[in-house]
Amino acid sequence: MQVQSGQLSYRLGLATVGVIFLACISLVIGVYSFSFRDLISGQADVHSSMVLFVSRIPRTVAIVLVGASTSIAGMIMQMLVRNRFVSPSTAGTVESASLGILIITLLVPNASIPLKILFASLVALAGTGLFLLLLRSIPLRSPLIVPLVGIMLGGVISSVTSFFAYRYDLLQSLSIWTNGDFSRILRGRYELLWLSGALTLIAFIIADRFTVAGLGEAFTTNLGLNYGRVLAIGLTIVCIVIAVNVVTVGAIPFLGLIVPNVVSMMLGDNVKRTAPWVAVTGAGFLLACDIAGRTLRFPFEIPIGTVVGVVGSVVFLVLLLRGSARVG
Amino acid sequence: MLASVAKVEAVEGKVARAVPPVIRLVLLALAAIGLITVFMTIEAHGNWDFILPFRGRKILAMVLVGYAIAASTVMFQTITNNRILTPSIMGFDALYMLIQTVVVFFLGAARLSQMNPRFQFGLEVLAMVGFSGTLYWWLFIRVERSVHLLVLVGIIFGVLFGSFTNLLQRMIDPTEFAVLQDAGFASFNSVNRTLLGISGLIIIAVSIVIWRMIHVLDALALGRELSITVGVEYRRTIMIVLALVTILVSVSTALVGPITFFGLLVAHLAYQTVGSHSHRYTIPAAGLFSVIFLVGGQMVLERVFSFNSSLSIMIDFLGGLLFIILVLRGGKK
Repeated sequence: MQVQSGQLSYRLGLATVGVIFLACISLVIGVYSFSFRDLISGQADVHSSMVLFVSRIPRTVAIVLVGASTSIAGMIMQMLVRNRFVSPSTAGTVESASLGILIITLLVPNASIPLKILFASLVALAGTGLFLLLLRSIPLRSPLIVPLVGIMLGGVISSVTSFFAYRYDLLQSLSIWTNGDFSRILRGRYELLWLSGALTLIAFIIADRFTVAGLGEAFTTNLGLNYGRVLAIGLTIVCIVIAVNVVTVGAIPFLGLIVPNVVSMMLGDNVKRTAPWVAVTGAGFLLACDIAGRTLRFPFEIPIGTVVGVVGSVVFLVLLLRGSARVG
Repeated sequence: MLASVAKVEAVEGKVARAVPPVIRLVLLALAAIGLITVFMTIEAHGNWDFILPFRGRKILAMVLVGYAIAASTVMFQTITNNRILTPSIMGFDALYMLIQTVVVFFLGAARLSQMNPRFQFGLEVLAMVGFSGTLYWWLFIRVERSVHLLVLVGIIFGVLFGSFTNLLQRMIDPTEFAVLQDAGFASFNSVNRTLLGISGLIIIAVSIVIWRMIHVLDALALGRELSITVGVEYRRTIMIVLALVTILVSVSTALVGPITFFGLLVAHLAYQTVGSHSHRYTIPAAGLFSVIFLVGGQMVLERVFSFNSSLSIMIDFLGGLLFIILVLRGGKK
């Protein structure tokens, strides 16, 4: 089922329009209702435009940025480790980032947000590095060992985190980082997410290098690329993106895992071609989950981490059991 | 009695390798009884009327839960022929939590409060046996699948049940939610008292069934083909064992909540120390290790660190490490 590239970019345009449509729906959902027509003709009252610019638009932008960047981060990890089931939430990256936030909160109680992000990124890098070291110590018989070890490593790390959080009465703050929620997003509280967006763009530009690095150290060196450097750049991008996202909205499970997998099932593994699709699908998926979370029990809200947890684990199960004929 | 214990200990010192399993079990039992005695009497300050029933309930819960987790894990590992899988890693207790939440969701807390808690418990266990029996039969037994796939699928099922529970709890009224909230965290300080008696009865009944089929379990450990060769009615037996496992998991989860890696820890300790593969020895040994760990751990946390309900966090940490080691070792072979 080869698709012509012209037809493909046409379809990508269509998908983008779909995402924009979802974004518009996301803008009008909420307890305070207003109409676009009033806004455009300038008849809207002060409250409407305030709600729109302080709360609704930041929220929708944040969802799009987090959805796209987390999915791309997952894609980079899958290429670098050469395993379909690796992602920030199945390699200890997210859990390490939360541990990092906890440590910095304990050491410097009123740390600024950039300092928190820096520290969370460093600990996330260390945790992901530990995961890669663990992987080196096993000859890979089954590709499924990789996510298994990653999930368990994440579990061990997060038990350390909850131990200290319990000891120092921070369990409540911990639950904020571990369960993604966009209801806290307001103007002035999400702008750092643009950093994730910028890093995602960089990842687009150098996507080819990650593909090459995924072919192995010897092959990469043969082609004249510095394997270690590509690996380091890739992991740094992933860890900063995850740290920024966890600090601003909290962890969202499985997003970085299922979106790249679904896209590659439909479009294959040519990264230059699929990367935009991964970003668009990630943003659209997260928007849809957010809309569901906000309407299921209107006017209350179900945190998006919970909604994605349900949908994501079902998709992951389908991916596993469907692919088991091939993999098992 | 004391003289024989001294003799046993002397024997263990001299010929550690050749100690028969029965004696090892006796030693474990003595350690467990010793710990329980210390737990009951430490810093009592003479308030026996209060302390004996108070601590006694805790001990009873720990013994029941410890034994239920240990026995269910060993049996589950036997029927799946795999020493990484445990019921709680496979999402059994997450499923039980989900069923509990679904019951509150559809019946409402008001109607539940009129219902006899024992009847409600029975209803939940029944639903659990039916549902998990079907699901895990389909997952584990019917089709040959790779071990790693099974574990991964089990873990993700656990996540799914957990998120779904969370989702339903968000959709329940806050007042009704309070009914469920306590159930989510494993703690021996908030044991469900009304269920202690009935849980004890259920566990005794299940144990009698286990004891009667203990040799069948040994045969099942040989694997599907060999066990059929030696005359086990494979399908039926597996279903019975799976049902027993499910009942035990329901009981332990209902009493204290989920403790994910505990079964893995105690089952492996039992395999390593008891020196026999016969279930006559491994099940009691794992049960005794559970009691030793729970009572000892709870005591250390309460007396030394002076905090209570983080025992399950410690267990998660140690169990997670053991699991990674087991997977890595298995990969190397």
